[in-house]
Amino acid sequence: MPKLNKDSTLNITFVGIGLCLLCSAIISIIAIQLRSIQENNVVLDMQKKIVSSAGLTTVYGSVENAMSNIKTMIIDLDKGEIVDISPDSYELAKELREEGKYKFLSAENDIASIKKREKFSKVYIEYKDDKINTLILPVRGYGLWGILYGYLAIEGDFNTVAGLEFYEHKETPGLGAEIDNPKWKALWKGKKIYQEDGQVSLKVIKGSVLENSDDFVYEVDGLSGATLTCNGVTNLIAYWMGSDGFLNFINNLKEIDV
Amino acid sequence: MSNYSEILFRPVFKENPIALQMLGICSALAVTSKLYPTLIMCVALTVTVSLSNFFISMIRNITPSNIRIIVQMTIISSLVILVDQALKAYDYETSKTLSVFVGLIITNCIVMGRAEAFAMQNPPGVSFLDGFGNGLGYSVILIILGTIRELFGTGTILEYEIFPLVQNGGWYVPNNFFLLPPVSFILIGLIIWALRAWQKDQIEEPEFKMSENSPEIIPNPPPTPSSKGST
Repeated sequence: MPKLNKDSTLNITFVGIGLCLLCSAIISIIAIQLRSIQENNVVLDMQKKIVSSAGLTTVYGSVENAMSNIKTMIIDLDKGEIVDISPDSYELAKELREEGKYKFLSAENDIASIKKREKFSKVYIEYKDDKINTLILPVRGYGLWGILYGYLAIEGDFNTVAGLEFYEHKETPGLGAEIDNPKWKALWKGKKIYQEDGQVSLKVIKGSVLENSDDFVYEVDGLSGATLTCNGVTNLIAYWMGSDGFLNFINNLKEIDV
Repeated sequence: MSNYSEILFRPVFKENPIALQMLGICSALAVTSKLYPTLIMCVALTVTVSLSNFFISMIRNITPSNIRIIVQMTIISSLVILVDQALKAYDYETSKTLSVFVGLIITNCIVMGRAEAFAMQNPPGVSFLDGFGNGLGYSVILIILGTIRELFGTGTILEYEIFPLVQNGGWYVPNNFFLLPPVSFILIGLIIWALRAWQKDQIEEPEFKMSENSPEIIPNPPPTPSSKGST
């Protein structure tokens, strides 16, 4: 049997090309096989955050059940109207890249330090007996180390907070990252956003809120050692609940609802 | 038989890839702040190193020696991509935590080191065992790190509360230092110390010997120029 000369040019070419083809074929096949599961995971992960921000996971028992009662829609933030765009292909990062789909914010308007604001936003509405029960809005703003991305859920009166949940942030573990602490998140439920005159008054204060304080419903306990993160949370609520954020949309919803 | 178990268990304590060979330290620092992602990382690395050893050994007789590193890298990176894809599909949460570190198994020296040192000379079956053993050796160290760091950093083990935290009305103030990568360095150092106190043959010969502080070492003073010379 002739011994294979494994260092011949022919063999080098053969092994090199053969191995590359084989490996790429295997990877492609498996990647395609797994793609649908992976995409499903990404969607499910997002839905979990959305549903839990509104505290609906326990109400409906599962994320799937809750999502079947939630309608996803794209709105025009300036006009505050629902627009007829499919929400499935909407991606915030893509909107902020595409020319004409975002606007730059001037320094005095940019309360939440986000620099750019998208034209269209993707919101979620939970219906109960054909009435709006919860409105779930995507919010974001600068914390200490980076932008906090989250969902603010508001009850059907468009004033009471149902919950707040951040799905992406870079805050310090143990300090700023305590915004993920279930105990702190639970403090938000039942707080009011707007004062009688329509002013956004909900904020995170330093220290603990006094039970008998006049502003009890407008204040949330601060996290110790995380003043800047807490200011960031206050700012992003002030921005997104204001006229540059979702105020127009909320006003429109109120008119339809009444 | 004893030969096989020797191949499998030698890398766990006798020739541990992290503690003796000092390989794969990078990921040992990065992913061990919580135990669960650590376990997943251990599984990912063990699968990769076992299978890569197996496949590299299978084609070792036709692998041209001047492109062997490229061949090894191709196989290793293909396997890592597969592991990464599988993780994204079946454990999405953890894949987000591990993020780039699964992909970085490609550059983990243990995988490449075993391929070059063992799989190129041995048949597939034994190579697989060797890879698996090295994966175990890596895992043992990572699990120790992960357990200690999660316990002292967050007061939990696998998210199950061991020390009740002050934030939740308990007594334990979590030590954030344990969540930072440098603490792994210290812990790995302590593990190596313990391991070498137990297995004396792992102690390396010092590369340089410290010299004694004896008077002979001081060089003779240069001869002073004679003042009695003729002028």
